[in-house]
Amino acid sequence: MSDNTAPLLEIRDLSVQFPSPHGWLTVVDKVSFNVGRNDIVCVVGESGSGKSVTMQAAVGLVQPKGGRITSGSVRFDGQELVGMGNRQINRIRGDAIGFIFQEPMSSLNPAYTVGEQIAEVVRRHRGASRADAWKRAVEALDRVHIASAASRAAEYPHQFSGGMRQRVMIAMAIACDPKLLIADEPTTALDVTIQARILELLRELQRDSGMSVLFITHDLGVVADIARYVVVMYGAQVVEAAPVDDLFAAPRHPYTSGLLGAMPQVALERGHDPIAIPGTVAQAHAWPNGCRFNPRCGYRREGPCTTAALPLTSVGNGLVRCALTEELRPILGRATMVPA
Amino acid sequence: MSVKPCLRVENLHVSYDVGSAGFLGGRRKLHAVNDVSMEIAAGETLGLVGESGSGKSTAGLAILRLIDVASGTVRLGETDVAGANRTELRALRKRMQMVFQDPYSSLNPSMTVAQLLEEPLVVHADVPKDERRSMVGRMLESVGLHAGYAARYPHEFSGGQRQRIAIARAMMLHPELVVLDEPVSALDVSTQSQILNLLKKIQGDSGTAFLLVAHDLSVVRLMSPRVAVMYLGEIVETGPSGRVYDEPAHPYTAALISAVPFPDPERQRTVHRIILGGDLPSPMSPPSGCRFRTRCPFVMEICSREAPPKVAVEGGGVASCHLHAHGPKLGGRSLVGFMKDRQLVTVE
Repeated sequence: MSDNTAPLLEIRDLSVQFPSPHGWLTVVDKVSFNVGRNDIVCVVGESGSGKSVTMQAAVGLVQPKGGRITSGSVRFDGQELVGMGNRQINRIRGDAIGFIFQEPMSSLNPAYTVGEQIAEVVRRHRGASRADAWKRAVEALDRVHIASAASRAAEYPHQFSGGMRQRVMIAMAIACDPKLLIADEPTTALDVTIQARILELLRELQRDSGMSVLFITHDLGVVADIARYVVVMYGAQVVEAAPVDDLFAAPRHPYTSGLLGAMPQVALERGHDPIAIPGTVAQAHAWPNGCRFNPRCGYRREGPCTTAALPLTSVGNGLVRCALTEELRPILGRATMVPA
Repeated sequence: MSVKPCLRVENLHVSYDVGSAGFLGGRRKLHAVNDVSMEIAAGETLGLVGESGSGKSTAGLAILRLIDVASGTVRLGETDVAGANRTELRALRKRMQMVFQDPYSSLNPSMTVAQLLEEPLVVHADVPKDERRSMVGRMLESVGLHAGYAARYPHEFSGGQRQRIAIARAMMLHPELVVLDEPVSALDVSTQSQILNLLKKIQGDSGTAFLLVAHDLSVVRLMSPRVAVMYLGEIVETGPSGRVYDEPAHPYTAALISAVPFPDPERQRTVHRIILGGDLPSPMSPPSGCRFRTRCPFVMEICSREAPPKVAVEGGGVASCHLHAHGPKLGGRSLVGFMKDRQLVTVE
């Protein structure tokens, strides 16, 4: 059933709505991107950009939360996931698609040992015997470099530190050798020295297993560290997508370049104060006309930027949703943002 | 320091009671802050950097006497803060304020912005009502919010706007010192720099001293000329921010800096990071000798026997590390050269 030349995950025109006091709000708006085989794709955006909901919708997790998919298709390894029955999609989640989330503690059951929880996943998906599943759980803990995995498997989540719990989560996610690992802000709650080790571990696991990783984050530093391809989201839409080197060397969207210029590290390097993006993140009940970033954009032009919705157009190796791409190309260089 | 310090902290210790050690055990103490000293001049910002469990937030709270001080001196100008009684403390409250990390929980949701900002004036200063109103309007404008927002409630604002309100509230009584505890870490990147720039502007106008508690060294470097790095309750390195950032003299500082991913994929591929092993030891029973030794990539035999000496660092500041007198005998030089020799960083 799987065609090894097609991308592992193909998201096409995916739209998601959630109910609100303002009516149904479109929080993911015709989002399309691929995750290739043996690839690491980062979706980057701020709160409210729709990055996490896109991922949840792709694997059938928005309906339980009251949302609805209004259009689009998600093909995973040759199978259409949108509209797939619960039992079927449950079989894929946790097996061919593994997950890790920001808060390891809330994803682990405090009443069971970590070994039991990992073994349970293996038993459910692989129908392994108790002894085999346990063996596999210990192997998984060993692969994420938890020392003395055999004895630690018999411990409870509270006996692990924050960084170690995230390793346990990763062990659970990879126990069934997934083809795709979805990681939603997996290092955001961790200290930076622990984050560095988790990123290193994910890179190593990806390299050794050849699985693909879909990594969701708000941090462009993390993106530069781990991504091969980057999708930038703003206001429920993809605003830019490109291979990681292209995106950082020559951001094409003023939002991407603005995000870079706002980072303290970049400002320090260039010897100026961080350049703030004025205003606040656009809200789903009040998308501006035209480009959704236009009220905050220093290059905004009345007319082209403020009337018609803009398409995602192909530029170089990437895609960008901006009315002024051609004229901004020489200016945007490396992240300089003219104040609005 | 030539300028008279606004804040002077000497040998500050803070400990928490953490219940008894088993059925017959006595009370146990967790030493959250151990022998911390610092000075901040009027109008200056000192950055206090560390990860969770470093004691940086506890130190900030203790300096404001929001929690008890076990021992040590804290002086605000000429006034003794650590030993102040209730009446004295009340008088001190208007001279020192705090801005918390989470603007969603630090503002009372049932109060309007006007009420939130007027409260300090009502509690601490006898300001007539009309004047309070106009002070609120002026303060809102100085933090970049429309004066007309005074009648609104916190939930009507975004995270960045709420943090502006929290800053306005802290500044209402023109305090001499404000402790900023991770003021931007809960905000989106695009709004973080708005708040950082606002804090700089407010300090320029008011001359208030800031103690900036943060985990992000680049935020601290942008905001403060001097920085102190904490690990497991102790200050391990101090110095001018630029020197500490570019030429760290303590292995923990070097690890902390190298762990923060830089938004440049090319650089991320080539730079060698110091990856720290193990976990933060329990502050209930910190390691003997140097507290960092259990995770230090350069640990030597002496590190478990003796507490490290405080060594003056070239370019300013102090580092507490045995590497300066033993092993490679760095003698106050930065770790960068030593790490290059051991091929721990890429030579450019």
